[in-house]
Amino acid sequence: MEKPLTEHIRNDHTWLTLKEYEKTGGYQALRKAVKLPPEEVTKRVKDSGLKGRGGAGFSTGMKWGMVPMGKDVPTPKYFIANADEMEPGSFKDRLLLEGNPHQLIEGMIIGAYAIQARFSFVFLRWAYHAAAKAITGAIREAYEAGYLGENVGGSDFQLDMSLHISQGRYMCGEETALLNALEGKRANPRAKPPFPVVSGLFGKPTIVNNVETLSNVPHIIAKGADWFMKLSKTDEGGTKLYGASGRVKKPGLWELPLGISLREILEEHAGGMQDGYELKGVLPGGGSTDFLTTEHLDVAMDYTSVAKSGSRLGTGTVIVLDDKTCPVGMVSNLEHFFAQESCGWCTPCREGLPWTAKILDALEAGNGKMEDLEVLTFQTHYMAPGNTFCALAPGAMEPLQSALKYFREDFERHIHEHKCPWK
Amino acid sequence: MSLEIIMAKVFIDNKAYEVDGSKNVLETCLSLGLNLPYFCWHPALRSVGACRQCAILKYKDEGDKKGRLTIACLESVTDNMRISIEAPEAHQFRAGNIEALMTNHPHDCPVCDEGGECHLQDMTLMTGHNYRRYSFKKRTHTNQYLGPFINHEMNRCIQCYRCVRFYKDYAGGKDLDVFASHDDVYFGRHQEGVLENEFSGNLVEVCPTGVFTDKTLKKHFTRKWDLTDAPSICHQCALGCNIIVSERYGSIRRILSRFNGDVNGYFLCDRGRFGYEYINSGKRIQTPSKKQNGTFLPISRDKAVQEIREITRGDKKLMGIGSPKASLESNFLLRQLVGAANFYAGIPAAEGRLIQQVIAILKDGKIKTPSLNAVKEYDAVFILGEDVTNTAPMLALALRQAAKNKPGESARAMKIPDWNDAAVREIVQESTGPFYVATAHATKLDEIATQTYRTHPDNIALLGFAVAFKINNQLPEVKGDEQTEMLATTIAEAMLTAKKPLIIAGTSLYSEAILQSAANLALALKDMGKDTGLVYVVPEANSIGLSLIADQFLDRAFEKAEHGAAETVVILENDLYQRMDKNSTDVFFQDHKNVIVLDYLHNSTTQKATLILPVGTFAEADGTIINNEGRAQRFYQVHIPANEISSSWKWLQRILADNSDLPAKHLDEIIDSLIEVFPELQAIRSIAPSADFREGTQKIPREPHRYSGRTAMHADRNVSESKPPGDPDSAMSFTMEGYAGLPPSAITPFYWSPGWNSVQAINKYQIEVGGPLHGGNPGKRLFEPLENSKDDYFKSIPSPFSPKNGECLVLPLYHIFGSEELSAQSPGIKERVPEPYICLNNTDALNAGITEGNILEIFFNGEKHQLPVRLNAGLPNGVAGLPKGLQGTAGIQFPLWITLDRVNNG
Repeated sequence: MEKPLTEHIRNDHTWLTLKEYEKTGGYQALRKAVKLPPEEVTKRVKDSGLKGRGGAGFSTGMKWGMVPMGKDVPTPKYFIANADEMEPGSFKDRLLLEGNPHQLIEGMIIGAYAIQARFSFVFLRWAYHAAAKAITGAIREAYEAGYLGENVGGSDFQLDMSLHISQGRYMCGEETALLNALEGKRANPRAKPPFPVVSGLFGKPTIVNNVETLSNVPHIIAKGADWFMKLSKTDEGGTKLYGASGRVKKPGLWELPLGISLREILEEHAGGMQDGYELKGVLPGGGSTDFLTTEHLDVAMDYTSVAKSGSRLGTGTVIVLDDKTCPVGMVSNLEHFFAQESCGWCTPCREGLPWTAKILDALEAGNGKMEDLEVLTFQTHYMAPGNTFCALAPGAMEPLQSALKYFREDFERHIHEHKCPWK
Repeated sequence: MSLEIIMAKVFIDNKAYEVDGSKNVLETCLSLGLNLPYFCWHPALRSVGACRQCAILKYKDEGDKKGRLTIACLESVTDNMRISIEAPEAHQFRAGNIEALMTNHPHDCPVCDEGGECHLQDMTLMTGHNYRRYSFKKRTHTNQYLGPFINHEMNRCIQCYRCVRFYKDYAGGKDLDVFASHDDVYFGRHQEGVLENEFSGNLVEVCPTGVFTDKTLKKHFTRKWDLTDAPSICHQCALGCNIIVSERYGSIRRILSRFNGDVNGYFLCDRGRFGYEYINSGKRIQTPSKKQNGTFLPISRDKAVQEIREITRGDKKLMGIGSPKASLESNFLLRQLVGAANFYAGIPAAEGRLIQQVIAILKDGKIKTPSLNAVKEYDAVFILGEDVTNTAPMLALALRQAAKNKPGESARAMKIPDWNDAAVREIVQESTGPFYVATAHATKLDEIATQTYRTHPDNIALLGFAVAFKINNQLPEVKGDEQTEMLATTIAEAMLTAKKPLIIAGTSLYSEAILQSAANLALALKDMGKDTGLVYVVPEANSIGLSLIADQFLDRAFEKAEHGAAETVVILENDLYQRMDKNSTDVFFQDHKNVIVLDYLHNSTTQKATLILPVGTFAEADGTIINNEGRAQRFYQVHIPANEISSSWKWLQRILADNSDLPAKHLDEIIDSLIEVFPELQAIRSIAPSADFREGTQKIPREPHRYSGRTAMHADRNVSESKPPGDPDSAMSFTMEGYAGLPPSAITPFYWSPGWNSVQAINKYQIEVGGPLHGGNPGKRLFEPLENSKDDYFKSIPSPFSPKNGECLVLPLYHIFGSEELSAQSPGIKERVPEPYICLNNTDALNAGITEGNILEIFFNGEKHQLPVRLNAGLPNGVAGLPKGLQGTAGIQFPLWITLDRVNNG
């Protein structure tokens, strides 16, 4: 089983220096890419079937292909790596950032070349201190080696790159809020259209891609679209970093073929549930995805299949709920997070999430009423996709609406017993 | 600039409508008269999609029965679109959205200043939300002191973001922002303090609820429904913004913007909005009085009129001093009283000549002077000399919008409609221009300028002439230094690249050359086929009107007086000590035996009077004034004061009543006789309905139908309800009785429509939201560009300014708060008026050994002024600045030369 993204990452909290990265074949893809026409690079990435690993699952090649190319287009263009990993339960990008920063940087340079960007940024979660050190060091090395600066890889392509450490809001992970933050403005999401590909950072064409997405790019260029396609178990190419957290025997993170089943992840890689705990449900792709339950264990963990089963692959980092943990408490915890992280721009998210969180608190405290369940259901409709300005609140509703569906009894017990049955 | 109009057919709740396809669905619904609630959208601020209140259902096609919830303000109208406002899902969402907004709203309507005219109240009722399900604690905030104009009550906030969008994005303010996040977002200043922006008062109208309210109203609060209102015109500068003046119990309570799609649109400046308080001042002259043995004693109205008749009757030698603050009608009747030859515009000749120059260009030129609101449509701006933010504030606000037009083209190229403000701003970002500012000192608009140029007025004119020469080399050549040459080339290129270049100039620097160079430049551009605009700023509300009927100025009047021209002078609404230096004015008064003064407030001139008549300000008088573009507009009194205060023209008419030459009695008749003498002013008759106009048989009520307490409010004096006063001068009544429908736009005293109690009821008075009023925007332009007039370029070009050794040329510095005499006496405004000072260039000061804060003595016509020094690196060498019109600098005539050696460092 090939593990292109992680095979060289060491387990000792050190990162692959430029020399070490080059020894693994690093920066060969870049040298190859800058000899190709930019459009050809985009085409190869598109052909690989690579989909955005940040959670939305949009075709990376298609996104690059939307950037205006040619002479009379707005410049400078920008290329940004979204390393603001703040999805509850997600820690996949962290591994790539801390362990193999050059792999990301090479992917970014190739992407920047494909869209002919002049500047690129790594937008990093503030809490990732080790990653900040690794990226800073790696960017310096890349400049020294001539992979960044005036003549990238000996070509006449010019690219500058810098690290931007975020001030720390979940909202910044939304690509347009990220752009605002990078411009020094409030991290509110922007109106779409215009999409960042035509009007992004400072109003210029901009690509924002997730760290894991970009880390795949050098391998696609080096080994080809077909090779990439074949890594996966489905028609969505590549490997995927899957994680598991919660009361499993071996919580962790594994690079596995895309489309592996949830059961395999949990039972083989995470070692099954800890003794004395039963699996009650999972959030398959981070805090803002719908619960799946034991009936969904055989679902293939790719974008299409998880969507069909009523949830989203999201970041592919599974949060496991066991039978000795209160589902209402778990959802309450999540809704508090989302309510706090709302930027405050649109009404449903700003007002609906705190209200939701307060009701869940009341339920947990034994002060719930049956009408509260109606209000919670109302909130899930009120904050449905399309009703809000961005995807934060609809995402926040996903664990709640599925919990109400699968664990309704547990909600009702809180009300009838006037306390949390797990306390 | 709007996109091309494409008509579209839309089905709203299965009914077909033909609509403008360039609009969004919310605008379309509102323009059709349909009720669709909204908060964050504002016709001038446009769509951002924050509040989600205007949700509707949108269907794919006729077969789609389910539909998809869609935010109307973010949705373009498309042909054959099907939507529903009434669908239950849409209703439920909108009611739910209000319910969510209300979770933190304090429901304190009974004690809230906005109650009864609150958009949030209206929208809540419109959605049908009623019972609350939220049972938890509400978040609370600390309120801030925001200065004398605005009261802050953050707990009421529903986070529509309109305040910051208006204040920052639209008006360029820096000190109001949104802080924190999630349901804790806070709209205010980074710390307590005075809101600095000149347009802060619009927050009162822009805020949909009671977060930002009018602090001056709060001092004598009255509910909207208990106010008597009148359509009026702002008198605080020359732009003629339309206002609503409101009264109760004989005092003026507030000013609101009165929508005029040609002039001010939705907004006002703070001087216009809060400068009214002087009207309620204890210094108001309330009764006629006569000076006897050095003191003023009240006399009756009849006695006053009788005495003046006697003084003025027969072939007595009279002199009349008119005023740019007074109406055409009042100035005209004074002219009739004293005779045309003895009538003087009450302004110095230095100013008068400039205004005459402006009038000549307006009248005979072939360049369009756009109306204020049309300024927003120009895509390149060049300002010559004018500190617009301080001399014509609302023009500065319009120019800020114009500055975004050219950058906005990139949004249009991406097919982003103009109404999508969020998207347009993302694309345009901070880009502005082309926008060039050539002034004598730093101005606030510099921050949006492509390039600025600070120099002496003559050199500003030279730059204008140089740009004109670059455009048309048949014009007189101007050779400046290399830097000026380069700048001239750049500006010429920018103006020629633009579709609609706009030239701004004015009278504020007392430079005829600036006016002429602006005209030359505009003409040169026009001759190159450009849709060119030319706007001149003039000093006062009726500067143009006065100079249309008077051709002699104060200097001449003072000269004549020295030779004993008249024993009686009648002075209309004019403190001559504001106009001329003290010594000459003292002499002027000594030259007259009888000094009859018609004025509002006691001032230095009334002290010299022998007879004083109490006259109405714009709130207690009717009349017509002409703004800087030559637009004649009518204003109406809001109430009849219980004292002897009345329109100046009424006093003059009483005095003239025994003079059979003038049978005119009421306003319409006076206008008729004015037109007889000045046929070119014909249009002023039709700017508003005449007094005999009726809707059916009814007059237009100045009071809303919910006006309360009228049988009780005077019960301390009389329990029987007295007959309401009639109004022979207008088609409006002073009561709540009358026509309840849409009145003619020029006599619309207030906005109200069923379900729409807030200022946003204006939607119902417009042909389309944001567009012109039903019946047309009020006012008439007297001058239009003459396409056939021949190219009359000005030929004389000034020499470059050369500083004099040891001397400084003093130019006036204008302050929005302070440079206008009457508003500066309003308590709120007074807090914002600076202390007098003199401003020096750093180098000049250094050479003269002067430092910041030193006291400098300057002499003007024998009068000594002591002023602290402020240093300003933005002033050109050899030029000093002195605030215009402050107490302590009033009466100084500009420009003047001073020496810098009279320093008293004590």
